[in-house]
Amino acid sequence: MDDVAQLLPLPPVTFHILLALADEDRHGYAIIKEVSLRTRGELTLSAGTLYRSIHRMLEQGLVVELRERPAPEEDDERRRYYQITKFGIEAAKAESRRLEQLVKLARQSGFAPGRA
Amino acid sequence: MRFYRLLLRLYPASFRAEYGDEMCAVFAARRREVNPIALWADAITDVIINAVRVHLSLLQDDLRWAARVLWKSPGFTLTAVLVASLGMGATTAAFTLVDHVLLRPLPFPHPEQLVTLNEIERDGSFEPATPPGFDDWRAMNTSFSSVGAYIGASLPMNLSGGGEPLRPNVIVASADVFKTLEIGPVAGRPLTADDDRDDSSPVALLSTPLANALFGNPTAAIGRTIRLDGRPRDIVGVMPATFVFPFRDADVWIPRRTWGSSRSNHMLGVVARLRPGVSLDQARADMNVVAAQLERAYPKENAGVGIGIQRIRDRMSPRTRMLPLAVLGAAFCLTLIGCTNLASLLFARATGRRQEMAVRVAVGASRERIARQLLTESFVLAITGGVIGLLLAVVVTPWLTRMVPEGLPIGAVPEIDWRVFAFAGALTLVTTIAFGVGPALRLSRGVDLSWLRTRSADGGRSTRLRAALVLSEVIGTVVLLVAAGLLLKAMWRVQAVDTGFRPEGVLTLKTVLPISAPAASRQTFYSRVLADARALPGVTSAAYITFVPMTFASGNFVVTVPGALTEAQAHTRFVTPDFFQTLGIPMLRGRDLDERDDQPTSPPVVVIGRSLADRLWPLQDAIGQTMTLAEVDWQVVGVVGDVAVHGLEQVAIPQAYFPASKVPPGLSFYAPKDLVVRTSGSPIALAPALRRIVHAIDPEQSVSDVRTLEDVVGAQTASRRVQFTVLAAFAAVAVLLAAVGIYGLLSFAVSMRTREVGVRMALGAGRRDVLTMFLRQGIVLGSAGIIIGAPLAYAAGRGMTSLLFGVTPGDPVIYGAAALLAILMTLGGSVRPAFRAASVDPVIAIQSE
Repeated sequence: MDDVAQLLPLPPVTFHILLALADEDRHGYAIIKEVSLRTRGELTLSAGTLYRSIHRMLEQGLVVELRERPAPEEDDERRRYYQITKFGIEAAKAESRRLEQLVKLARQSGFAPGRA
Repeated sequence: MRFYRLLLRLYPASFRAEYGDEMCAVFAARRREVNPIALWADAITDVIINAVRVHLSLLQDDLRWAARVLWKSPGFTLTAVLVASLGMGATTAAFTLVDHVLLRPLPFPHPEQLVTLNEIERDGSFEPATPPGFDDWRAMNTSFSSVGAYIGASLPMNLSGGGEPLRPNVIVASADVFKTLEIGPVAGRPLTADDDRDDSSPVALLSTPLANALFGNPTAAIGRTIRLDGRPRDIVGVMPATFVFPFRDADVWIPRRTWGSSRSNHMLGVVARLRPGVSLDQARADMNVVAAQLERAYPKENAGVGIGIQRIRDRMSPRTRMLPLAVLGAAFCLTLIGCTNLASLLFARATGRRQEMAVRVAVGASRERIARQLLTESFVLAITGGVIGLLLAVVVTPWLTRMVPEGLPIGAVPEIDWRVFAFAGALTLVTTIAFGVGPALRLSRGVDLSWLRTRSADGGRSTRLRAALVLSEVIGTVVLLVAAGLLLKAMWRVQAVDTGFRPEGVLTLKTVLPISAPAASRQTFYSRVLADARALPGVTSAAYITFVPMTFASGNFVVTVPGALTEAQAHTRFVTPDFFQTLGIPMLRGRDLDERDDQPTSPPVVVIGRSLADRLWPLQDAIGQTMTLAEVDWQVVGVVGDVAVHGLEQVAIPQAYFPASKVPPGLSFYAPKDLVVRTSGSPIALAPALRRIVHAIDPEQSVSDVRTLEDVVGAQTASRRVQFTVLAAFAAVAVLLAAVGIYGLLSFAVSMRTREVGVRMALGAGRRDVLTMFLRQGIVLGSAGIIIGAPLAYAAGRGMTSLLFGVTPGDPVIYGAAALLAILMTLGGSVRPAFRAASVDPVIAIQSE
C-alpha cells in the first residue's frame, strides 16, 4: 500500500507496539509487558499512552481488534486482543528500512560502530 | 480502583467507553507488581497527560470537520457569523466604555483614598471651595494625609516663543495637588511648595503631548522657557501622557500665587487623600466638625455652609453614570437577540441534518461524539464572530468618546487591553453555550435510526421551541424600540428648551487678553474691534462678553442688598453695550448699558435677569435698586429675560451683567473674552474678516473658538444625539434580526406543513384561508411579544429615568409607535412564507410525501 510512506516516520511507541505484536496477538497488558521485556525495562508504556496509540493505530489500520478470542480458559472476559495487520507489517518493515538507512548514514559519519 | 475509574472520567466519554475497562485491567495487573506510591504517581500523570492529548486530537478532528461543513453552506455560515459579530462587537464596545468609566481603577496610586471636597451651600447646592476655605480645611482636618487645590477651570492662555502661537489650557494648581495624587513627572521635577511662594521664579509643567509638539520629547523640554500670556516661565517637568487632571484638556500646570481672601469667591477644586485607615464616613464626620468651627468663626459668610466629600470616582452625575450602563444593556439585549436567532438557525439546520446524524450513529458514532462535533461547529462560528466583533469594537471605540464623562480624570478614548480581550473571550464562550448547547444536546439525544427512513418527522416540538425563541426576539426588540423612542423624545424635549436668546445668525470667537492687561488698553481693544466689526456688511450688531452662555459654568458670586438681609447667587458676566440686542435677549424693563456707564466718573450700574430681580426684590420694581458685589454698590438700570446659561438641561443661576469697563480688581479673570456678532447673512462667512480685524489691531493677539452660536447650543445635545443614534442603531439591527427570525420560523413551518396545506386545499380551503392561517401565526407571535415586552420596556425606561429629561417611561405614543413597528416587522417577516404556502399546489403537495 502506498499509504505506508505517509505514516513514516512511525512514532516510537507505535513501532514498539507493532514489534510486540509481531509474533502473537496480545491484549493491552501483555503488550506493555512485552515492550518492557524487549527494551529490557527501558520503556514501560502507561495505560493511557498505550490505548491512545492503539486508538490511532486502529484508525490507521495498523492493527485490528480480534473478534475471536483465545481458548476460554485463558481469556479474561474484558480483555481485547489486538492483531497486527498486513498493512501494519508493511509499515513496520518500512520503518525498519528507514532506520537502517539512518544508521548507515550515521556509520559513514563515524557516529555509529561498524563498517560504513 | 474506584478512584482510578474516577480519574478515567477525564477522558472523553467515547474513549472511556472504548478502553475504560481495558485500562482498569492494566491498572489492576500493575497493582500486583508495583509499589502503591509509584503506581498512583504514574497513573495520575499518565491519565492527565493522555486525557489532554486525546481531547486535543478529538478537537482537531472536530475542527476540521466543522470547517468543512460550514464551508459547504456559506449562506448559513455568513449569516451566523454576521449575527454573532454584530452582537459581540456591540457588547464588547459597550463593555470597553463601562470598564473605562465605571470599573477600571483611576490611574493614581491607591485611587480609593482620593476624594474631592466641596462647599455645600444653604440651599443644598455644591460649590467649589473659596481660597480661605481651602486653607482652613487643609489646616484643620485630621483625616487627610494631603490636600491640594486648583482653579476650577482650565484657562486658555497664549503661548508664544516658538512658531505658531498656541492656546494651551493652563491649570493653576497648588503643589499639594501632585503630592496628593502621588503622580510624578516623566521628566524633570514636580511642583514644590517653594514654587507656590509669590517671590519664586515662574515655572510650568507641560503635558507629554504638548512637550512633544514643542520640543520633540519630554526630556528636551526641561530647562526650556515658554511665554504664557507674555510671561516667561521655565519648564521644570513634564507629566506622563496618562496624567489627565483635573480636566481632560489640561496642557500646562503652573503653581498658584496668592488666591485672595474672599469667602464668597468659589473658584477652587479641592482634591485630598484619606489617611490610611480613615473611612469616608470618618472623614465626613471630621469635616462636619471643621464646618461647624468655620461657621462660628465666620457667621456672616459661612452660616449654614457644609463641606461635601466625594470619592473621585463618584464625581459624575447619575446621568453620566447611567449612560454606559444603558448602552451595555442595549448591547446585551442585541446579543441576546442575536444568540436566539443563531440558536433558531442551528435548530432549523439540525432538523435538516437528522439524516446525516442518523447515518453517523448507524456507523458507530456515539451521541457524545455527535454533540461534541455540533458544539465545535457552534464554537467555530462564535470564535469567528468574536474575532470580527472585537475588530468592530476596536473600530467603534474612539467614537464612544462623547460618552466618557468629562469630570473624571481619565483619558477621552477608552483603552482596549487584556480586560477587554478577556471579556470578549468570555462572551464568546457564553455565546457558544447559549446558542450551541441546546441544539447540540437536542439533536444528539434524539438521534433515532428511524430518521434514516422518513424525511420529515415531528415538526411540532421543534416548531414550538423555535416559536419561543422568536418570541423572545420580538420581546427584546420591543424593549429596544421603546428605549430608543424614549431617548428620542427626551432629545426633542431638550432641544425645545427655551435658551432665552436667539442663536441664529450669531458668530462667536475668543480673543483672550492677558489678565494683567490694564483696563484702559482693554477698553481700547474692545471698542476698536467692535467698531470695525459693526462696519462689516451684513453685521447688525456686535458686543463682547466674559463667556458666551453655555460655555463656562463658573463666575457665580453672592450679591447682597445693602441694608437688607436679602442675598442671592448671581451668574456674573461683564458685557459691552449692545450685548442683549446682539444675542436677542429681550429687554424687559429699563435700559441697556451704554457709553455713559463707561466713564470713570459714571456711577456703577448693572443689568440683571428677571429671576435675580424677583429673588432680590420680590415685591418692588428692581430698577433703581442697589446691590453689592466685590464691595461695590451697583445700581440696577435694566431687567432682561433669563438665559439658560448652564445649558439646556441644568437650572440656570440668575444672571447679572456688569459693564465691561468696570471689572473690579479681584475679578479680572472675568473681563470680556468672547466676541459676539449678529449678521443678516451667513455667520460663519464672517470669520475671515473678523480674524483680519483682530490681526490688524494686534498681530500678536490669538483668535480661537470660532463658531456659530447655533453650534454652541447644538453641542448641548451632541451627547444625546450619540445616545439616541447608538440605541436607534441597536433597535434597527434588532428589528432586522427579529424579522429574519420570524421569516425563518414561518418558512420552516410552511415547509413542514406543505402536505397538510395540500390536504386542506384539496378539502376546499381557499388560498385566502391558507394565507390567513400562516399570517395569523406571525401576528400572534408579534402581539405576544408586544404584550410581554411592554412591561419589560417600562422597567427599562424606569431604570433610565435620569436620561429621560422628564419624559415619562410609560409615554403612550412611544409604546404605540413601538408596537406598530413590531407589527410591521412581524408582517414583513411573515408575508413571503405565507404567500408561498398559499401558492401550494394540492396535487403535488400530497403526492410528494
